[in-house]
Amino acid sequence: MTIRHHLPDNLLMAYAAGNLPEAFHLVVATHLSLCDTCRVQAASFDAVGGALVDDLAGSAMSEGSLEACLARLEATPVHRRGPVARREGVFPAPLQDYVGGDLAAVRWKALGMGVKQAILPTGRGARARLLFIPAGAAVPDHGHRGTELTLVLQGAFRDETDRFGPGDVEVADEDLNHQPVAEAGMDCICLAATDAPLRFNALIPRILQPVFRI
Amino acid sequence: MRDIGRIWAMLLDVQIRPDEASPPPGGRPYAGRQRDERLNDEPDWTALVLRVRDHGDRAAFAALFQHFAPRVKAFLMKSGASASLAEECAQDVMATLWQKAALFDPTRASVATWVFTIARNRRIDALRKARRPEPEDLPWGPEGEPDAAEAMALQEDVSRLGKALAGLPEKQRALIERAYFGDLSHSEIAAETGLPLGTIKSRIRLALDRLRHSMS
Repeated sequence: MTIRHHLPDNLLMAYAAGNLPEAFHLVVATHLSLCDTCRVQAASFDAVGGALVDDLAGSAMSEGSLEACLARLEATPVHRRGPVARREGVFPAPLQDYVGGDLAAVRWKALGMGVKQAILPTGRGARARLLFIPAGAAVPDHGHRGTELTLVLQGAFRDETDRFGPGDVEVADEDLNHQPVAEAGMDCICLAATDAPLRFNALIPRILQPVFRI
Repeated sequence: MRDIGRIWAMLLDVQIRPDEASPPPGGRPYAGRQRDERLNDEPDWTALVLRVRDHGDRAAFAALFQHFAPRVKAFLMKSGASASLAEECAQDVMATLWQKAALFDPTRASVATWVFTIARNRRIDALRKARRPEPEDLPWGPEGEPDAAEAMALQEDVSRLGKALAGLPEKQRALIERAYFGDLSHSEIAAETGLPLGTIKSRIRLALDRLRHSMS
C-alpha cells in the first residue's frame, strides 16, 4: 500500500497530547496502523511530551505515597511480553475493536443510491462512521462546518482535490466543498469522522440530514 | 507494609549506577551508559526499568518513582486535575510502569516518553472519561531483546530534543506546552510546529524498520 496523503502535524500532536475527540482518535489510530511514516511522526510527538513532562518542576507527592505504591505492587499482576498476532482483515485492530469484528460484522444502513453508512459508538465532540460507496457512485456534494477526516480502507475515491486510495486520509475543513466519487472497479469503504454537521448543497440530502445524523 | 524500614534502607543505599546493574540472564543485555557519556549526570532510567523488568527490583522502582511521580502529578495538575486526583493517578501511572515493564522497548521510546504516554492515557481516562484507541501493536522480533546500541542512541537523541525544546523562543514553547497540557484544540495548533524532530524521527524509523523486518 502506497500512502500519499498523510495526517498533518497539528492532528498528530493533538493525538500525542490525547486531546482529540474520540472519533478523531479512532481515525488517527487506524491510519497509524497502516502508515509507518505517520507512526514515526506520532512517536516523535510522544517524545516531545516526554521531554516536557521530564522538564517540569515536580509537585511533591504526599508522605508515604511511595510506600503505598510499593504495597500495591504486591497485588499487581505483571505483564509478560508475548508475540502479537497480526489480525487479518480489511480493518486494522483499533477499528475492529469499535466494529466488533471485520467488514462482515458491520451493520450498514442504506442512505440511498447504494451508499451505506454505519455510525460507530464514540464519545462526545465528534462522530465516526463507516461509509460504503459503490464503485462509480458519488456522495452528495457538501461543505464542512468543522473538520472532516476521511480514511480510505478499501477501493479509492476522487474529489476536486485529488485521488485517495487505501490508507490515504483526506482532511477537509470549512474551505473545502467537495463531491467524492468512488472509482470504478471496486466499492469504496472509508472511515470518516466529523466534529460538526456537514453542509449539503442540494435540498434532498439536507432534508434527510437529521435522519441520517450526518 | 511490613518492610518499610528495609525499603528505606534500600533507598538510602541506592546508588544509581546503571553500569553496575546485573545483566539479565540470556540475550544481549543493555549494558547501561558509560561513565564518560556526554549526556548529563541524569541517572540511566532505561537501566532502572530493565532492572524492574528482569528482577522486580524495588529499589530501582523507588528511584524511578521519586523522579517521575512528582512530574506526572504536576503534569496532571496542569491539565486540570485536583491535587488529590493527580496524586492518585500518579500512583496508578507508576504502578502501570511496574506492571508493563516487560513491554517497554528502549529502541522506540525513552523512559520519560513512555511514562508520558502512560500518564496521558490515565489523564484521558480520569479527566475526560473518553477513550483513546491505540494503533495496532507491532510484533516483537524473534531475537527478543532490543538492540543496546540503538537504545542508547535513542536516549541521546531524546536528550538533545529536550535541550532543543528548552532553547525554543518563549512564545513557541508556551504554545507547545498548552497543546500538551490539553489547552489547545487540534485546530488551534499550528500545522507547522517548527519542532526539531529530525534525528529522533530517523532513530524511531530504524527501530520500526527492524521490527517490520523481523516479521517477514
